[in-house]
Amino acid sequence: MTTQPSIEQLLNLSPLQRAWMRFKNNRRGYYSLWIFIVIFGVSLFAELISNDKPLIIQYEQQYYFPLWNDYPETTFGADFVSMTDYNDPYIREKILANGNWAIYPINNYRYDSINYFAELPNPARPSAQNFLGTDDRGRDVLARLIYGFRLSVLFALVLTAIGLVIGIIIGSIQGYFVGKVDLVTQRVIEIWSSMPELYLLIIFASIFKPSIGLLIILLSMFGWMGLSDYVRAEFLRGRNLDYVQAARSIGVSNVGIMFKHLLPNSMVPVLTFLPFRISGAILALTSLDYLGLGVPPSTPSLGELLSQGKDNIYAWWLSMTTFSVLVGTLVLLIFIGEALREALDTRRG
Amino acid sequence: MDNMNKQNSILEIKDLSVDFDTLAGSVNVVRDINFSVAAGETMALVGESGSGKSVTAMSILRLHDEEKVNYSSGSISFLGNNLLGTDENNIKAVRGSKISMIFQEPMTSLNPTFTVGDQIMEPLLIHKGMSKPAAKKRAIELMELTGIPDPHYRFDAFPHLLSGGQRQRMMISMALACDPKLLIADEPTTALDVTVQLQILLLLEKLKKEFSMAVLMVSHDLNLVKRFADHVCVMQEGNIVEQGRVDGLFNDPQHPYTIKLLNSEPERIIPDGETQALRDNKELLLGHHLKCHFTSTKGFFRRTLTTVKAVDNIDLVLREGETLGILGESGSGKSTLGRCLLKLENCSGEIYFDEKQIDHLTHTALRPLRKEFQVVFQDPYSSLSPRMTIEQIVGEGLEIHFPHLNKEQRREKIQKVLLEVGLEDDILWRYPHEFSGGQRQRIAIARVVILEPKLILLDEPTSALDVSVQKQVLVLLRELQERHKISYLFISHDLKVIEAVAHRIMVMKDGKIVETGETGEVFSTPKETYTQNLLTASLFKDEKLTA
Repeated sequence: MTTQPSIEQLLNLSPLQRAWMRFKNNRRGYYSLWIFIVIFGVSLFAELISNDKPLIIQYEQQYYFPLWNDYPETTFGADFVSMTDYNDPYIREKILANGNWAIYPINNYRYDSINYFAELPNPARPSAQNFLGTDDRGRDVLARLIYGFRLSVLFALVLTAIGLVIGIIIGSIQGYFVGKVDLVTQRVIEIWSSMPELYLLIIFASIFKPSIGLLIILLSMFGWMGLSDYVRAEFLRGRNLDYVQAARSIGVSNVGIMFKHLLPNSMVPVLTFLPFRISGAILALTSLDYLGLGVPPSTPSLGELLSQGKDNIYAWWLSMTTFSVLVGTLVLLIFIGEALREALDTRRG
Repeated sequence: MDNMNKQNSILEIKDLSVDFDTLAGSVNVVRDINFSVAAGETMALVGESGSGKSVTAMSILRLHDEEKVNYSSGSISFLGNNLLGTDENNIKAVRGSKISMIFQEPMTSLNPTFTVGDQIMEPLLIHKGMSKPAAKKRAIELMELTGIPDPHYRFDAFPHLLSGGQRQRMMISMALACDPKLLIADEPTTALDVTVQLQILLLLEKLKKEFSMAVLMVSHDLNLVKRFADHVCVMQEGNIVEQGRVDGLFNDPQHPYTIKLLNSEPERIIPDGETQALRDNKELLLGHHLKCHFTSTKGFFRRTLTTVKAVDNIDLVLREGETLGILGESGSGKSTLGRCLLKLENCSGEIYFDEKQIDHLTHTALRPLRKEFQVVFQDPYSSLSPRMTIEQIVGEGLEIHFPHLNKEQRREKIQKVLLEVGLEDDILWRYPHEFSGGQRQRIAIARVVILEPKLILLDEPTSALDVSVQKQVLVLLRELQERHKISYLFISHDLKVIEAVAHRIMVMKDGKIVETGETGEVFSTPKETYTQNLLTASLFKDEKLTA
């Protein structure tokens, strides 16, 4: 326990502050949250960590910033006017010789940069050049993992946020107005949820050019239903409580009651579900990529790495590393989710 | 403390302290208490909520979560064995066999998926090792003993088919199944109607003699304790502040807290003659032929199965500045009537408010009028939204009905009304959970008074409060009435409360008015039998009534 508050302090905390206290007391969940935040925060700056361009170059008393500007090779005294490949041993020698210097990122590859100067055939096992080896197209696995992790988490966050908004709106309308509105919407949801999601994805993947945007739209169309059920149930419970009656008798409008009175008190089950939904979304993206129905080929994706691992079963560095990243992420999210569920359970202290 | 016969005492609690583990460390809820219960006597633990009386009762059977509770000192010896020292198996052998317990809420303390017969048989099968037919025979005997009509037929009934009183009788049958030496009754009648309450208490008294057992009764109701207990322990904040024989303690209380409790019984706060003065006041609220029927339908063509007449053809008048008490037991339709009058429930009939007919108005047309008639609900714990600050809660109505006020003016008004209801004006940014029940009810009152209404519907406004707080709230309501000339519709099941504040009363039963008249008259000379029964039952006047 970090600091122990007195009883008086504890009683004066708002319900959310108390929930936060309980969350902090669950060490596993609390540390998981911090580890997840740090890893995700770092991965947001993936370009600075894993890139095929140096961050800064000092070449003949001039500074160059290859991350933001493109320079032709001639800038650094080479022969071509084409874009510089900073991993070319020849260029590297030029940049680093005669008192010139450059700061390279920790990992010298972007998710889509191919190591043309590899010493081993692709997929190459881990080496000093590629810390976690390369995939079957010669792309650095570590770089793809970093970018792939970032993409998965961002994708999951966006998907969850959209699902949350739609779910809350529909669930609250159902739960508040009940009667016919609820009856009809619930039937529509039942029909909608019985649509074969995977077939739809396959069909759409063949009609449209696959992209992250399309995936988000398609998955959002189905993702809100689980949440709306919980919001609806909470609204059904809450709409007859005294404070809602009191608001009604004061003359508060329906929208006012829904969003000022009912919604803040209906968020507990929704909040509890968020980490699990995020992990579910990551898993969904990974499986779709694995099946080849997901993101376009050049995008960094964990699923695609897994499927390469399956195709090249001897290349353990493909499957094992991706597996570890995936399991690590999901385990962290589940620990956070568990701690959150316990923290929001008011029956505990 | 009086000396009790040592040989005679079944249960002896010595220096017992109970602590609970919380996030903030250990909290001491019961402190060094001592008392003993002798065979054949009723010991009552009285106190307000949070005094530790239920915690004490539950400690005897070690019903607390073993991981969270810590009995830091003392002993509980039952027939010479220290229950705190024994292992889990021994305590299980005692539970339900030598000591049994009945709980407050008969609606939830029976398992809804088993028949009551099965549940009564359970302790017989576990503790007495009876065969099934023998257990069934005994169970039916017990049901007969506790006054359940047609026990053979009821044996196979599920709990939801029984009324609250019957369920409590079932609980008692179950508790008596193994001839316990000690029966712990934790607020056994609080959830029941007054007339049923009296029957159950008389039954307990009769069974106590028949089974020659001791009863430990936990209660907040001083009248009940006075009538049914032999000894009493008064608890306050985990301590026993005073104990002794009932007659001695009630006639000559020593501790200031006991004196305070005894003085907090509500008494009439309306001066004589005021009722007469109000007779010619303008009629503020008029109801004609009010009906509110709930029908349950079945099938595609919506065949009507049953109709519940919650409010059945009621006429009513409320004058300016007057308090009309609506008295009735649960299910009498008194709350529905109140909600109908304020158009929170749909009903038929004519309603006039301030000479304006309001029964046909739509919700939108009614909204500006809502300012004039307001509601205060029973439970201050559920009537304040837990995620809004006091300023938001009290100020919400202002934003709607006084839109011309700016933020500063609104705040000024909120602070003024908070002071008026006896709260501090610096609590604006705090949340409801930081306040006690009485303070919350004051906040709920502030929320409606700020709108300067002409009529307030008070739906059991003091039922969820401790007795000492109850009186303060009643006094506050009275002050507000005098100052602002507000009319009250005061709904309650509690005769004493109604007697304290109402000018006129209306007794309701099954959706109909049984009797109506000026308070003094109805209480001194009730005309209808139902009213008479209600009066005797709730005031424990007549001891000749039998179960």
